Amino acid sequence: MFHIQIFIEYFKQYLKTRLEYRGDFFAQFATDLLFQGVNLVFILVVFSHTTNLHGWSREEVIFIYGYFLVPYAIFSTFFNLWDFNERYIIKGELDRVLTRPVHSLVQVIMETMTPESLLGVVTGLAVMGWSMSQMDYVWTMMDVVFFFLFVVGGVAIYGGIYIALTSISLFSDSKTDIQPIMYNIGNYGRYPVNLYSRIIQFVLTWILPFAFVGFYPASFLLGSSDWKTFAFLTPIVGGIYFTIGVMIWNWGIRHYRGAGN
Amino acid sequence: MLKMYLSLIRIRFLMMLAYRVNYYSGIVIYSLNIGVYYFLWMAIYGDGQSLGGLTPGQMATYIAIAWMSRAFYFNNLDREIAQEIRDGTVAIELIRPYHYLMVKLFQGFGEGLFRLLLFSLPGMVLVSLIFPISLPGMMDSSWFYFSLSLLGGFLINAQLNILTGLLAFFILNNQGLIRAKRVLVDLLSGLTLPIHFYPEWAQGILSFLPFQAISYSPNMILIGGWSGHEIGQALLIQGIWVILLCLPIQLLWTRARKTLIVQGG
Repeated sequence: MFHIQIFIEYFKQYLKTRLEYRGDFFAQFATDLLFQGVNLVFILVVFSHTTNLHGWSREEVIFIYGYFLVPYAIFSTFFNLWDFNERYIIKGELDRVLTRPVHSLVQVIMETMTPESLLGVVTGLAVMGWSMSQMDYVWTMMDVVFFFLFVVGGVAIYGGIYIALTSISLFSDSKTDIQPIMYNIGNYGRYPVNLYSRIIQFVLTWILPFAFVGFYPASFLLGSSDWKTFAFLTPIVGGIYFTIGVMIWNWGIRHYRGAGN
Repeated sequence: MLKMYLSLIRIRFLMMLAYRVNYYSGIVIYSLNIGVYYFLWMAIYGDGQSLGGLTPGQMATYIAIAWMSRAFYFNNLDREIAQEIRDGTVAIELIRPYHYLMVKLFQGFGEGLFRLLLFSLPGMVLVSLIFPISLPGMMDSSWFYFSLSLLGGFLINAQLNILTGLLAFFILNNQGLIRAKRVLVDLLSGLTLPIHFYPEWAQGILSFLPFQAISYSPNMILIGGWSGHEIGQALLIQGIWVILLCLPIQLLWTRARKTLIVQGG
């Protein structure tokens, strides 16, 4: 109850600051849509030259991309930790966060969240809906339940990996470029992973499990049973990676000494 | 005058050299992107030997060249100009005895040169070890036309960046616009999709836009996808765009100096 109240207060504060630059707020909406549209254009143009991609039809590939947008949008809403090093370590904001009685990670997440990114959920659902209607494919009640489980798992995987990476800043205030590298690896998960080489498939499954954010659960929700076991593993993998992320964060916080003078 | 601009290139080059470690991660990122598109395109080819007039080998080379050239023409001039307008340093720049926009252009060139030598070259070596890429021989004339075209692409992209940056004079917070422009340039310049893969109607529209001159033209020249006549035409179009784009920049620049509002300070 206490956390929900805090969340609402943060949210109100957020709206006030965002609406100050109203033009930029809507520009953000527009560019998010544009960004999602660009990837769709790519898929559509590609399929005007071929009928299948390693056995996947146009509608299936679009469905996988649409599904990927949902966990990705939720992740971008709450784990907007890109400038954590700059803002919290170098400028010393973390010292303020640490003096307060709410868990430091929760505070940082609420201070940096961007709720307008949730628009991606709507786009993702629309894209999935469109491709399902093209394929005349209908979900059962169980599929809906799995969908929620998979999305939560996907967000947890993304979140866990990024929390762990952000925690590096707690040990050393020098800049690292691992986050953008990770962001680009994440892009591999939104296409059918069986078109990559074996090594990449292995990495995307067991080391940086981005395939669980997009491809594995999406292929199950499409009615393909080839990767069924992997799809069911999604929430478990999510739980493991998220726990590891939070543990590294807590360890980092104990280790943190501040960068200032 | 020229000497001053040359030292601008040199200074930016040295500045980038001081932070060179940051660029090794860039090579990894670009290689990752080349990887995604390589596997995607090879899956698209399947067992086919030709698609849109390109062989799988040419396509692989196209992807690698496109990303490694992007390292050269890409810069943050839009963001830098917008930032200087927002924090007011542009006012100081305006009273200095040089042309502010030319200074920016040359700084961008110094940055591009740095990345070309310390990023694209080693990156290209790395990538050609992983993927089957075939480049023309050292003495082949296509290298000359490619360099010309690459320079043209750099100029056009820099001009578009300057235009977007200058809009900060009129729209006080233009970050969204900058991001949108970046996404559009990547899609429409031929970086991710060669222009001739688009449907006919879209190709018609794109041929009237400056974007295809940024990436598509130099790439097609280097992979040997064009005849001598087509190369000449592409270079001519680039030249025309470079001149045409000067007009809106000059217009915005004159109007901007009249209506300058420095936020705060």
